[in-house]
Amino acid sequence: MIRLLTALLFVLSLSSGSARAQDADDAFQALASGSFDQVRTGVAQLVASGSPRAAPVITALQAGKLYASSDHALFIKQDDDSFVDAATGAPAPDVMASGVKPVRLNNAVRGAIDAALGALQLFAPDPAIRLQAADAVFTAHDPAALPALKKALATETDTTVKLHMQQAQAAALLVSDDASEADRLAAVGVLRARGDLDARGFLSSLSDQPPAVATAAATAITSIDRMLQLWGLAQSVYYGLSLGSVLLLAAAGLAITFGVMGVINMAHGEMVMIGAYVTFTVQQALHAYLPAFYPASLLIAVPLAFLVAGLVGVVVERSLIRWLYGRPLETLLATWGLSLVLQQAVRSIFGANNRDVDTPAWMSGATQLGGLTLTWNRMYIILFAVLVLAALMAALRYTSLGLRMRAVTQNRRMAAAMGIRTPWIDALTFGLGSGVAGMAGVALSQIDNVSPNLGQSYIIDSFMVVVFGGVGNLWGTTLGALTLGIVNKFLEPVAGAVLGKIVVLVLLILFIQRRPRGMFPLKGRAAEA
Amino acid sequence: MAPNDTSMSRRGLGRLGAAAVTVAALGAVKAATTSTPAQAQAAAPSGGTIKVGILHSLSGTMAISETTLKDVMLMLIEQQNAKGGLLGKKLEPVVVDPASNWPLFAEKARQLLSVDKCAAVFGCWTSVSRKSVLPVFEELNGILFYPVQYEGQECSRNVFYTGAAPNQQAIPAVDYLASENKVKRWVLAGTDYVYPRTTNQILEAYLKSKGVAAEDIMINYTPFGHSDWQNIVASIKKFGTAGKKTAVVSTINGDANVPFYKELGNQGIKATDIPVVAFSVGEEELAGIDTKPLLGHLAAWNYFESVDNPDNKTFIDTWHKFTKNPKRTTNDPMEAHYIGFNMWVKGVEKAGTTAPDAVIDALIGVSVPNLSGGYSAMMPNHHITKPVLIGEIQGDGQFNIVSQTPGLVVAQEWSPYVADTKDLIGDWRAPMKCGAFNVKTGTCTAGKKA
Repeated sequence: MIRLLTALLFVLSLSSGSARAQDADDAFQALASGSFDQVRTGVAQLVASGSPRAAPVITALQAGKLYASSDHALFIKQDDDSFVDAATGAPAPDVMASGVKPVRLNNAVRGAIDAALGALQLFAPDPAIRLQAADAVFTAHDPAALPALKKALATETDTTVKLHMQQAQAAALLVSDDASEADRLAAVGVLRARGDLDARGFLSSLSDQPPAVATAAATAITSIDRMLQLWGLAQSVYYGLSLGSVLLLAAAGLAITFGVMGVINMAHGEMVMIGAYVTFTVQQALHAYLPAFYPASLLIAVPLAFLVAGLVGVVVERSLIRWLYGRPLETLLATWGLSLVLQQAVRSIFGANNRDVDTPAWMSGATQLGGLTLTWNRMYIILFAVLVLAALMAALRYTSLGLRMRAVTQNRRMAAAMGIRTPWIDALTFGLGSGVAGMAGVALSQIDNVSPNLGQSYIIDSFMVVVFGGVGNLWGTTLGALTLGIVNKFLEPVAGAVLGKIVVLVLLILFIQRRPRGMFPLKGRAAEA
Repeated sequence: MAPNDTSMSRRGLGRLGAAAVTVAALGAVKAATTSTPAQAQAAAPSGGTIKVGILHSLSGTMAISETTLKDVMLMLIEQQNAKGGLLGKKLEPVVVDPASNWPLFAEKARQLLSVDKCAAVFGCWTSVSRKSVLPVFEELNGILFYPVQYEGQECSRNVFYTGAAPNQQAIPAVDYLASENKVKRWVLAGTDYVYPRTTNQILEAYLKSKGVAAEDIMINYTPFGHSDWQNIVASIKKFGTAGKKTAVVSTINGDANVPFYKELGNQGIKATDIPVVAFSVGEEELAGIDTKPLLGHLAAWNYFESVDNPDNKTFIDTWHKFTKNPKRTTNDPMEAHYIGFNMWVKGVEKAGTTAPDAVIDALIGVSVPNLSGGYSAMMPNHHITKPVLIGEIQGDGQFNIVSQTPGLVVAQEWSPYVADTKDLIGDWRAPMKCGAFNVKTGTCTAGKKA
């Protein structure tokens, strides 16, 4: 009914300028009325009236800068806090901030604004805005926008924008009352080619279509579903990869300390937490003293987190761990106590509440790759995990420290006999493992809350990965992390988050029964000892 | 000692004695230092103070929500002391930190009641923490003021529920979405514990009674502190593309909300497509997130900081002065503590004593102003009357109130949508004095005061 009215008003406004002004006035009255429903109809009326003030007024409304006085006059607030009259654009100097109230929005009004702005901006000079406009019209699928779309398509040169406009046209056509069956079938075909969730959602909501069109829509929905299922599998793999990369980051350091020294370090999660807090401190410091470098805060935080966590690791090894070699139960208990001490220390310094770590703009949002939604923060974390792993492997393979570490891992006594200072290597290894955990903390600060308990959520997972993958073997850790991540993510939609984790743990226990040393255990007589 | 020694050598005895003395000394030191400063003060000649217990998590996953409640209680106690205290004595706050650890809540509650002898305790947030302390309060006959919206299905003599029951929050929110946004498909997403499970049970029954089909309802639970929302948010997106308008009813609690909303923003779920209405997210939980991607998502409470009312403005100004931070937000559970504390003060004055039995009886019928311009009354079922407000998230972390009940809603503590409880009412006035009275059979099924 409202659509008919809007279309009617549109036609009428085309015919008479004074009628157009009248419609605009009615629209302004509706906008100033104070009721959400009236504001919504006012927006639609304003667009249909074709008034040149429609775009600025509706944009101001969206930004919360449209104000109404008690006698229903509308004003737009400028950046310098002065007001202009909404209907004419002329400055209104004698309007006081206390005499006007902002026109409020709710979700229904916001939806109407999106549709309205979409229709208005189909002719914008910037192709990105035209693309957004086409998508907004698609979501609103209002047949009143069909004439505007037709005009826009005739002059559109950009291929992507043209495609989106055609899809919007198809959607609006299917909802209009007077399209021919042939046109409708063609529209269903266009939407089927689009093939994403939005197209499927729209096709499922269609009603009152001629039978041929309805069958075509149903077939389109089934074929889209099939495609989406395949994409869904790929999406689960992506989620599994991202979870696996997080697990890998957390567990890589543990694989080294556990592998080289056989030390069960229950304070490993706290090293991750320290890295996250280093990120927070770096951001605070940059904010206060060097705001120019703030966008690079994460890049600065990574080496700093490595150094700080590494230093803490070396200190811990020298002061606590080295007295407890060969006594695994005592090490377990001592490092557990250490984790409590570290948590409380952080709580005392930074407070018990969660701390805010900002995500830079280039890490927010997502991108579409076919049917996949790839969120940027997870993409970068996967990349970061690969880089960290590569750096770690390079360090172990190509540096002399790495050589000595590997020697100590394979056969400690032989290495000592060859002149390697094993206590010093132990300290550096512990430092390296903790440093890697610190770098993991920088990544985790982006996806999890930074609190003193951050480490507790990752310690069990880290041990799971290391035990599953084989102690001391980085490739095993990598494969273990990725497998656990993917299995978890495939189970989650089926069993739920809680049950999924339980099932993974049970499977792991069964696996350990068969292969107690993990997937890729280290071989050799000394390793067996 | 060698394994064959069966007798204690003198040296061994000496060592044992030394160990025993050390342990005893440590124990004494521990007892002296783990109790709060209030304990040390209690040793001094009293005649002086009435102790008020504050049982809120100051660390752990719930600290994000509960720390501010501890602060508002300290402010209210300070204000009351400035007015001359209560019954001529000063009020003394006893603050403990149960650290989001549910069994620790029970231990701390026992400490507050039996060691510190608190006249009343204001505390708890999660229903699991309340369920943990419930037996302690009933055993030791304490008084608990519980300020948070919850799932109902409880009516204890020793608890005063100043938060919303489901019919004062959850049901009106669902009604709003169904009528205003024409929502036909529902995702009920919650944290895995008693409050979301029970609330979703009630909501599912309610939705089905309104004709919603079972395949139009998706229910999902996650553990506390869950941070990987990719899968779940994607499945919500998928659920919302079946051609019917979909909404999410979120009973997610604690800091798991932060990554959840971030993921909603990252995957581009706008409130105009799939609105999310949360019951445990207020100004405090939003304080740490960038709320621009969340514009238009909703919350249902009985109070918002943006309520335009002179009482509210005074409260907010006093709060800013007390915390010395003009950016500190206020929220619904804080208002619940404000109401609860004022009711307790009035109840104690009415009874003339802080003895629990007298105060419990005196509290029924007490009426104090709330912060949205009306009055809140303590009903015989130990719940209070509240208005229901629905707000949309704005870019500055505040809520834009889009719907408000014209009057106050009386709480239905026993849900009429669950078969086991639809015939139950709670009434703690004489002669009934029963928390779960079955009106059909005419018997008191639980919680009768002997």
